[in-house]
Amino acid sequence: MSDKSIEDRVKEIIVNQLNVNEEQVTPEASFLDDLGADSLDLVELVMAFEEEFKDEIQGEIPESDSEKLQTVGDVVSYIKEKSAS
Amino acid sequence: MKLTFDNKIALVTGAGRGIGRAIAESLAAEGVHVICVSRSESSCGSAAEAIRSNGGSAEALAVDVGDSAAVSAACEKLLKEHENIDILVNNAGITKDMLLLRMTDEDWLDVINTNLSSCFYWTKGILRPMTRKRWGRIINISSVVGIIGNPGQTNYGAAKAGMIGFTKSTAREIASRGITCNVVAPGFIETDMTAELNDTIKTEATKVIPLKRFGQVADISNMVTYLASEEAGYITGQTFSVDGGMAM
Repeated sequence: MSDKSIEDRVKEIIVNQLNVNEEQVTPEASFLDDLGADSLDLVELVMAFEEEFKDEIQGEIPESDSEKLQTVGDVVSYIKEKSAS
Repeated sequence: MKLTFDNKIALVTGAGRGIGRAIAESLAAEGVHVICVSRSESSCGSAAEAIRSNGGSAEALAVDVGDSAAVSAACEKLLKEHENIDILVNNAGITKDMLLLRMTDEDWLDVINTNLSSCFYWTKGILRPMTRKRWGRIINISSVVGIIGNPGQTNYGAAKAGMIGFTKSTAREIASRGITCNVVAPGFIETDMTAELNDTIKTEATKVIPLKRFGQVADISNMVTYLASEEAGYITGQTFSVDGGMAM
């Protein structure tokens, strides 16, 4: 497992996937409205999160959960919640 | 016109013989590295060997294209070796002809699975790195039968028409990533598949072809090679009939 915080790991994936600056990736930033993502980006982001956090979330992120992940903060709290349980 | 292929890698299913082999050879002649896929090791092996002995670059991969798990494992392995497949040609196909009233579930499902579901398995398997690269070509080989129908081929016609619908939806999903997805629909082409037809059927078939002859595998591979090139980047979601004018 990585030493980096969940926040940093989430941020890194978003920066790579969406080609945005790190400064834009604030907890409140919405993928669709602020970070210029389209629906295909969202699917790819979720798959990237599943890969990076496979130890924490144990399995795939169900569709019913992934549609609620609209901001950077949503993702961070979702992964924290999953890894605590 | 000179076609541009810049260090590209292609995967062609059903590359052991017929149209698929011609496509593999044509792409290889343009300097593309070709992964030749077929069910039997000897079939794809000899296709790859023929390309290499002509100075091209190719490798063989034996997979049953209708086996979802096998295709997904093959893609995973390939993407470890190559990082990215740039050009996917879904060409593998079988026929199990029978009038509808006599067709078994097995005949139906086998043809749907090998001809149509295989497109879904391969496209899904190679798409992620393609979207990251923001460049790709997916070419699905359908048939005139998918457009105008043919008695005795409800299974084949359904699968081939299904490929056209699959292509259009896929083209719309991935257009923003610089990936095009098109269909080539051959008519009667001189291959092992049509060699099985008896002379009466061949004569009758020729009557309904406006150009009055069967096509050659090169007629198809020329079109596929163009669609795979850099130059065809503004064409997506289309079906190209190469059938001597049968469907118009």
